[in-house]
Amino acid sequence: MSTGTPVTGTAGIAAPAGGRSREPGSLAAFWRRLCARPGAVIGLAIVVAVVGMAVLADLIAPYDPTATDWGAVRAAPSLAHPFGGDEVGRDVLSRIIYGARASLRAGLVSVGLAVALGLPIGLVAGYAGGWVDAAIMRLTDALLAIPFLILAIALAAFLGPSLTNAMLAIGLSATSIFVRLTRAQVRAVAAEEFVEAARAVGNPPWRIALVHILPNIVPAILVQATLTIAAAIIAEASLSFLGLGQQPPEPSWGAMLNVAKNFMEQAPWMAIWPGVSIFLAVLAFNLLGDGLRDALDPRQRT
Amino acid sequence: MLRFLAHRLALAVPTLVLASMIIFALQQLLPGDVATALTGEERDPEVIAFIRQKYHLDQPLPVRYAYWAAGVLQGDLGVSVRLQKPVAELVLEKLPVTLELACLAMLVALAIGVPMGILSAVKRGTWMDAAANGIALWGLSIPNFWLGILLILLFSVHLGWLPASGYVSPGESLVDNLRAMAMPAFVLGNAIAAVMMRHTRAAMLGVLGSDYVRTARAKGVSPLRLVLRHALPNAAIPIITLGALEFGQLLSGAVLTEQVFSVPGFGKLMVDAVFNRDFATVQGVVICTAATYIALNLAADVLSAVVNPKLRRA
Repeated sequence: MSTGTPVTGTAGIAAPAGGRSREPGSLAAFWRRLCARPGAVIGLAIVVAVVGMAVLADLIAPYDPTATDWGAVRAAPSLAHPFGGDEVGRDVLSRIIYGARASLRAGLVSVGLAVALGLPIGLVAGYAGGWVDAAIMRLTDALLAIPFLILAIALAAFLGPSLTNAMLAIGLSATSIFVRLTRAQVRAVAAEEFVEAARAVGNPPWRIALVHILPNIVPAILVQATLTIAAAIIAEASLSFLGLGQQPPEPSWGAMLNVAKNFMEQAPWMAIWPGVSIFLAVLAFNLLGDGLRDALDPRQRT
Repeated sequence: MLRFLAHRLALAVPTLVLASMIIFALQQLLPGDVATALTGEERDPEVIAFIRQKYHLDQPLPVRYAYWAAGVLQGDLGVSVRLQKPVAELVLEKLPVTLELACLAMLVALAIGVPMGILSAVKRGTWMDAAANGIALWGLSIPNFWLGILLILLFSVHLGWLPASGYVSPGESLVDNLRAMAMPAFVLGNAIAAVMMRHTRAAMLGVLGSDYVRTARAKGVSPLRLVLRHALPNAAIPIITLGALEFGQLLSGAVLTEQVFSVPGFGKLMVDAVFNRDFATVQGVVICTAATYIALNLAADVLSAVVNPKLRRA
């Protein structure tokens, strides 16, 4: 909590500094605006750290994450095991480091799937209009009527529990968010004069949709994708916590918490570190998403 | 008003029908023979034959859906193979527990979120605004099952003030019921409070910047009266509508919260059913959740139309 408080505060005060840039469209200007927000910078730093942890896990983890050691069963944190040992003597720190892989994979793959499905469908709905639009919208309404995690649990139940199926379930459940967003954005942009002009000079519909409309809706999609990664990481942790995601003995932060809740009196450290990791990763993507939104939308700064 | 109601109902019905189709189609994801999969651990050919006949599995998918939907409309959600009970009975048994949890959590969310949102909008740009936003970000980022575990560690294991699990029905003892529900309701309400705070802040900022509020201020209305009598009623509309949408989130969260605190509600029923490969129960719970969610949205639409006559023309 203490990180969140000053961060958002200074972000608000620092906002005018970002307004110095004369070319709001350029990548460098965007980068300057993003870096002017401490919240976004902290978020980005944690994201980079988590990605680094996942990529370099083989090099930095002190132990094999699945190797058991009877001498370290529920061992309290020590120099040999800084985060302690778990119920069968595996090193908690190593499992946290490797666990970053499951969380990041779940976040990136499921949101990638949701965007890959949702963007084209939303583009068609928004641009085609008429009965195609109405049909797609009714379908997304129906999907949205089933709460995100409930749908993911139901999908995982029928597909069978595994990390791949959890990612599939989360991705499919999140698709309707992107269909809706893309459609709304397309309709807003399609009403602009430059689209009118492009149509007047005789561009075919597919060209208008891809060349003139798509680039203008990318920022909104990017912001939503970043925030949805945060939600997907929580969703993967939730499914794994319920036993429907990553299967033992492979490490996942949610699955570690599932086991830890049975040893709360004897080994509270088993419950602390996986939770801290999920919290920080989710916080980071939320901060980055908020920062991206502020940096990408120049109107908000005035 | 009647036309508005009819229009909204006309939108809600196809949504529910489509949702039920999606939920029914989930069955198709089962690997292998559906009848064998539906019976779970049971390998008795008689049971499999019964299931095949009961769910008309030799018929094409649309026909099966029609049979199933006709059953659902008559309150027949199928039979739980594992518990040997009608799913509808199980759902009705567990629903009150989850509804109590959800309502208590919503109270927590409103009690924390709305005042915090008003405060941060009125004191925009001050440290109070920053603190409220920080707390909201914390609430959004903390996984609620972990918060539950931490609270159990503190209040049950260390301090011994509240029970870590064990549900007592309010009919038995209201005090014990509330003691058992205090932590689950707080954990579940926490994340929603963050969302409510953000909605309230955005809605209040919009209203506070409008001309009529400026006029009222110029006429010397006291700041407290200005916020509570002039601004809040108009800001309430998006808060109501978005609040109803959060009920979906609440039902999702309840699954995890009930698991952490062993509350015998809807969510626990669903998770247990998943592990028992009791698919009729899973489908029954999901369709009831979807129906509840659609009904709540409809109620929120109607409520906002009651509060704001302008919406009725939409």
